[in-house]
Amino acid sequence: MTDASLNSPAASGPSQSLHKLDARTKKRNAAEARFEAYGLVAILIGLFFLAVLAFAIVRSGLPAFTKTVLDVEMNVSQQDFDAAESQLFKTKAYAGLFSKSLQAQLTEQGVTAPFDDAAIERIAGKVGGTIREFYRENPGQLGQPVSFELAAASRVDGYFNGRVTRDTLTESRFLMLSDLDLADALKEAGIVRNAFDWNFITGADSGVDNPGGAGIGASVVGSFFMMLVVLVLSLPIGVAASIYLEEFAPQNRITDLIEVNISNLAAVPSIVFGILGLAVFIQFMHLPQSAPLVGGLVLTLMTLPTIIISTRAALKAVPPSIRDAALGVGASKMQAVFHHVLPLAMPGILTGTIIGLAQALGETAPLLLIGMVGFVARGYPDGFLQGFVEPNSAMPAQIYTWAARADVSFYDKAWGGIIILLLFLLTMNIIAIILRRRFERRW
Amino acid sequence: MSFVKLTASALAIAAVSATAAAARDNVQVAGSSTVLPYASIVAEAFGENTDFPTPVVESGGSSAGLKRFCEGVGENTIDVANASRKIRDKEIKACADAGVTDIIEVRIGYDGIVFASQKTGPAFTAFEPADIFNALGAKVLKDGAIVENPYSTWAEFNAELPDVEIAGFIPGTKHGTREVFEEKVLLIGCEATGAMKAMIDGGMSEDDAEDACLDVRQDGKSVDIDGDYTETLARIDANPNGIGVFGLAFYENNQDKLKVATMSGVQPETATIASGEYPVSRPLYFYIKKAHIGVIPGLKEYAQFFISDELAGPSGPLANYGLVSDPELAATQQMVNDEVPMGQGM
Repeated sequence: MTDASLNSPAASGPSQSLHKLDARTKKRNAAEARFEAYGLVAILIGLFFLAVLAFAIVRSGLPAFTKTVLDVEMNVSQQDFDAAESQLFKTKAYAGLFSKSLQAQLTEQGVTAPFDDAAIERIAGKVGGTIREFYRENPGQLGQPVSFELAAASRVDGYFNGRVTRDTLTESRFLMLSDLDLADALKEAGIVRNAFDWNFITGADSGVDNPGGAGIGASVVGSFFMMLVVLVLSLPIGVAASIYLEEFAPQNRITDLIEVNISNLAAVPSIVFGILGLAVFIQFMHLPQSAPLVGGLVLTLMTLPTIIISTRAALKAVPPSIRDAALGVGASKMQAVFHHVLPLAMPGILTGTIIGLAQALGETAPLLLIGMVGFVARGYPDGFLQGFVEPNSAMPAQIYTWAARADVSFYDKAWGGIIILLLFLLTMNIIAIILRRRFERRW
Repeated sequence: MSFVKLTASALAIAAVSATAAAARDNVQVAGSSTVLPYASIVAEAFGENTDFPTPVVESGGSSAGLKRFCEGVGENTIDVANASRKIRDKEIKACADAGVTDIIEVRIGYDGIVFASQKTGPAFTAFEPADIFNALGAKVLKDGAIVENPYSTWAEFNAELPDVEIAGFIPGTKHGTREVFEEKVLLIGCEATGAMKAMIDGGMSEDDAEDACLDVRQDGKSVDIDGDYTETLARIDANPNGIGVFGLAFYENNQDKLKVATMSGVQPETATIASGEYPVSRPLYFYIKKAHIGVIPGLKEYAQFFISDELAGPSGPLANYGLVSDPELAATQQMVNDEVPMGQGM
């Protein structure tokens, strides 16, 4: 204390009291306060943008989670079923049955708005597929009344959530003004209501004329299988490579060259890995197109440099004294690494891996070339192993595809997809934090 | 990470790779982004109505799709290429070089190409091909001489058009739509303005003059859009003076945002395109590898389903989305049933 005050400039003046701040101390304190303020402002700006982004995403994405549905009671006889099944375009026949049932229901409830087959076709979405699937799975229900909850057309959905208004509506074969009167009447009669869209979370992609049937579930599964491949391949390979480079490899030209190459690879645009994947995995190794396995392999290539770099940094951060102590009490080099260095480096390795995985999860460009971007609506794989090879999409690819479609309601779906993607990411990060907490050790 | 775990994962990967060698059971399609919406409607219905798995339809443009189509025969190549233009001779040759010889050409219908602008923007209501050429061509005829395009507003060459900056958003060269735009608008406009004749009189050969007619200006007033129509729509949304090139179906799906202009006095709609009155339209195709029929389950059934009257006919879902159905659909159906490849039998 005495040394400090002797050396401090404040004490050099004879008449200065220690309790009174001199000009230079004030200046230093002010600089410190300013510096703190800069930091605070930076964080506030960051938080502000985060809030704006989160608000925009949630606001635009929420409509995707609800849909306008029609509650209709149908009674399909065995005869109707056989007649419909004998046609080429079976779902259209089921849509016709639906239209008949709805019209009967409307007459019964005394709905006054005029309706005909064409108007009902415009108001209802593509309902045939759902009805056919139900009766094929439950043939016992034929001849009995069954209530269905079926999606309304996207423009009617837009009318009820404010995207389509009477003033701005351009009459077309997709929607007429009179249809809106009918839609209002249906709402009054309790046939049309708003419901949570489970299909959006669990379903697969749908055709461009059927936004009500689109779901992101199948592509979540696709992304999951890809991440599994990436994790299982890149973590062991990446960690093994880093341990060798950091702990065992001699320092010479060759290892230097490898190091430079790894750093370079981390900066290679991801589309390049896609081209490589197409050439090597599909054209040379004859792996299937549009398969999460190939997507995972391509993303592994992309993720490896990230994992190696962060793992090496984590290994470097372990104090040399730990290694020396282990070697000093007679541990072999391998024992020192696996018993002491690696456990201490684990939190850093996990962080790097999660960052790599998160990057891979959001990647679309490499998937373009291996056939995972486009209309991939096969639904869920038949089994665990098939999940790797059956054609599937991935979440970012699905979002991209939706954003490019003509019908505006797919745009909402794209935002909704972003919410699901963020939730997936959040889950991954939380798992990483929990694991890190468990492995964390202090010395 | 124990060694047991490592071995287990390695085994799992090996098992997966083994199953990967199993046969592909779904139809694989790629190509034109104009045909993609129709193909996705058909693919979804095909999955719902048959016991075959839903085909995978990728986008990427006609040229890119045909390129992948011509990579060869085998399960790791695509079965069907969608195209918004006819396959070119050099593509047929590339296909043949890679062993893809018997190609079945299927015409699914027609699509109109429309010029549209912001609904509340300036009054772009009627165009002639000459207007588009004068606005977007690289070299135009002005005062009897061929000059680098000097126009910056539409009213400079046609007083009936709004006096606003020229901003055209046209399909990029990888799109099949570009070819139709060049042939049916730029070239016609070039001839109509007399620029073509002036070029030939100036010593150019006819072919060179045609090529020169198809060049678009590079000063930023004409923008190539390599993405989908949604990208064009976004540009139009951001620029009230912008004129965009769209497919009829896309415009019809976005009528609350866009207004369409007539071309040579004809309103673009299904009827005028079907009758041939509206000049800027083109047929849409898909191409099938005959060698894959019988190997890939459901390939022939997919093609037959696609062009059946129920789907591609005038009252089918494709027409409802905006496809102008082909009056000669029956002949195409017959051709697919008999698996007649190009250049044979027809």
